[in-house]
Amino acid sequence: MTRSTIELVPTAKDRRIARHAAAAIVLTVAEAAIPLPLPGLKPGLANIVTLIVLARWGWREAVWVALLRVLAASLLLGQFLAPGFFLSLSGALASLLVLGLAMHLPRRWFGPVSHSILAAFAHIGAQLVVARLWLVPHDGVFYLLPVFALAAVVFGIVNGLVAARLLQELHAPGGAAVPPAAPLPER
Amino acid sequence: MSFPLAAWRALIRPGDVLVALAGLALCVHAFVSLWQGGRPETALVRAGGKLVAELDLALPQEFDVRGPLGMTRIEIQPGRARVATDPGPRQYCVRQGWLTQAGAVAICAPNQVSLSLSGRGADYDSLNY
Repeated sequence: MTRSTIELVPTAKDRRIARHAAAAIVLTVAEAAIPLPLPGLKPGLANIVTLIVLARWGWREAVWVALLRVLAASLLLGQFLAPGFFLSLSGALASLLVLGLAMHLPRRWFGPVSHSILAAFAHIGAQLVVARLWLVPHDGVFYLLPVFALAAVVFGIVNGLVAARLLQELHAPGGAAVPPAAPLPER
Repeated sequence: MSFPLAAWRALIRPGDVLVALAGLALCVHAFVSLWQGGRPETALVRAGGKLVAELDLALPQEFDVRGPLGMTRIEIQPGRARVATDPGPRQYCVRQGWLTQAGAVAICAPNQVSLSLSGRGADYDSLNY
């Protein structure tokens, strides 16, 4: 076999992103198996991974992980370029934007739980707007807002707590395989 | 591995509580403004006291009803309805304009036609002007 002339050497960062994205993809696929009453009403467990990456490695890596997750999970679930894919994509982009802003809130007061709730609201907001503009051109979609808003609060809190817990675990002595790049947030 | 409730609580920072409460407030607001009645769903058209049509308010359409004086034209647009034309002498029901709330009624008495909006959880049993 001829040796490839192009050699791509994955950096530690690439591997890290791939690892986190893989975890997020697994969560998304597992979550797809949970039957839920309304289409689009999901716990969004993969966002736990996004939150952790955001807290430990920063926004850029969180963007990578979230978008890779949307892409790969949609391929695995046969949703790629289907309406559901664009809904997840718009939700992911909006929540990443909000996370980018929310991460600058004072750490002392706002932790992963806040980030999670805000991102969840951005997620449903963008999804409803896309659904209204493109998929269901009728104001009727907004009747779902209370349900989605409640889900955003509940799942936002739960995911935020899990992320906070995992971050605590990772920061605990001996718990972290890789030392965090950023100094620990003060608790 | 045990993780007591108090430890979970330690993960919540003061601002998190505020964000969660704001989120809940938004839920309640959305629920109250979107789900609490007042939104008409169908238009009921009666002629001579009998129900002649039940029109969905989702799609724009026009509907003609015959009464003793002639044709009354009902116009439907998404979420609202009105009596567009009526042969009655004083045109009260036409001048009432668009009906937008569940329970609102426009009565064309001379032509014995009435238009009323109904919806789940209407705020009023009947609204007349």
